[in-house]
Amino acid sequence: MIKLKINGRDVSIDAEPDTPLLWAIRDEVGLTGTKFGCGIGMCGACTVHVGGRATRSCITPLSAVDGTEITTIEGLDASHSHPVQVAWRDLQVPQCGYCQPGQIMQAAALLSDIPNPTDDDIDSVMTGNLCRCMTYPRIRQAVRQAAAGKQEV
Amino acid sequence: MKKIMKFIKKWLTVVFVVLVIGVVGFAIYAYEPSIELMPAGSQPNFEPEVIERGRLMAAAGNCASCHTAAGGPPYAGNYAMPTDFGTIFSTNITPDREQGIGGWSPAAFLRAMRTGVDREGNHLYPAFPYNHYAKMTEADILSIYAYIMTQVEPAQVAQKPNQLPFPFNQRYLQAGWKLVSVDLKPYQTDPQQSAVWNRGAYLVEGVTHCGACHTPRNVIGAEQNDKKFAGAAVDGWSAPALTADNESLLPWSAADYSTYLKTGATRLHGVAAGPMAPVVHAGLQKLPDEELQAMGVYLADLSGNGLTEAATNDIIGASLEQNKPRQSYRWDTGERLYATACAACHYNVEQIAEGRPDLGINSAVHLHQPDNLIQVILDGLDNESGITGVVMPGFRDALNDQEVALIVGYLRATRTDKKPWPELTKKVSEIRDLYP
Repeated sequence: MIKLKINGRDVSIDAEPDTPLLWAIRDEVGLTGTKFGCGIGMCGACTVHVGGRATRSCITPLSAVDGTEITTIEGLDASHSHPVQVAWRDLQVPQCGYCQPGQIMQAAALLSDIPNPTDDDIDSVMTGNLCRCMTYPRIRQAVRQAAAGKQEV
Repeated sequence: MKKIMKFIKKWLTVVFVVLVIGVVGFAIYAYEPSIELMPAGSQPNFEPEVIERGRLMAAAGNCASCHTAAGGPPYAGNYAMPTDFGTIFSTNITPDREQGIGGWSPAAFLRAMRTGVDREGNHLYPAFPYNHYAKMTEADILSIYAYIMTQVEPAQVAQKPNQLPFPFNQRYLQAGWKLVSVDLKPYQTDPQQSAVWNRGAYLVEGVTHCGACHTPRNVIGAEQNDKKFAGAAVDGWSAPALTADNESLLPWSAADYSTYLKTGATRLHGVAAGPMAPVVHAGLQKLPDEELQAMGVYLADLSGNGLTEAATNDIIGASLEQNKPRQSYRWDTGERLYATACAACHYNVEQIAEGRPDLGINSAVHLHQPDNLIQVILDGLDNESGITGVVMPGFRDALNDQEVALIVGYLRATRTDKKPWPELTKKVSEIRDLYP
């Protein structure tokens, strides 16, 4: 039995220890906001926060996260109004939307670590999150806007 | 002809007599008497401070890690230790009277810890690092005894037989090994050094037995005293040198060591992973800060202390410069894979944050062997390794041998001025097969 906290809630999961965390989140806990993309940690669609760090959940086994605190897109903000989510809505960033929960989780981690990132910072941190609709310019702009918004607060 | 026969006969007699004397002499030397079982219920009452001291000493010695099998009761043994000579199973040291050490007197426990001889007089194998425990004071050894006898749950678990071929299964031969291999003298205070240094040395040389992994062993499996703490290979990982030969880009200060032993990581060097993870998380972490600071003082003295803050910041600045996106990552597969798979987490600006190791500074990229870097890329870090609360995914099922090798080779080439690691793809394949 693996015990962890997801979005502030204590969860016990009875699954094989090598089950990917993504599977547990989607199929056992029932939070389907986090998406399956490539399954090999190369696209970022499955990004969640483990202990505040952006982590690819598709290649993280359940056994590794015993006792950790996990945040998914559903738990990023109680009213879904994290500065990154607000910027995303304002700029209408998504096209098909599939990669966006991962993009948003990665951007939220970036901004909590680097509150005022340069374009180089944004590029090097967001490079691992792929978007087949090519929304990259809007993603970069939304990260900048969220950073600016955060600083005014 | 007769003369020659006589001559040979005479010499054969001499050789035979010398052999007999040698065998008898060795037998006398190797003989250790059995120590009587204590009658049930005859344990003395232990003071609570002694038991508490024992709990800390048992944690510092990491007794539980080797004396507990996966999923088995704590301290009940049967943890398998593959060695070059065969597989050894650890013993049950719970206070069970039949299968454990419940009937052992304090004298029997003391003899085992100091000379590697069990209660019945059998020589123990040096997988049990009694050469280090011999450095401990009698009071510290007996505090562990008090802790085990009062706080550990007795478990009726029989020890699995060791899988050692002849002649290694002949325990009395261990006496010969001891004769040539180990120094069993208690720790001697160095009057030239401070009390804190001596405290640290006492712990490092004794109960925490750092040398058991960080000192290379010779062909008969003994620690090489002339290469003390020179670093060694352990279960597919590198136990780095703890001397001035340590390859870390930034030398370890006393504070770096004590932070690492407390939290499982330093901001600038790396994490306690692989065989080192339980050493910190199941053991040393429990020690009071003063003890860890003392260990830090001694270890930093061995390895030559840290750099000034200004020098450190220069090195960090140069390394962070390397993390900026460059045109070349369109051409170099290693760099492209690094940008995609690693940089989403391993990013920093201006300073390196805890939990976001910079791979230009991290020791794993600078070691003589790539083992530790490859291990962590393949299997990541769980919550019991490195910093508690954060983890790293494993790329075992995501990247093939060549792709892992390209990332490793890219980091080595761009972040260090050290010579490239040879045959990386083969090395990745070997390490991958160690723990399928």
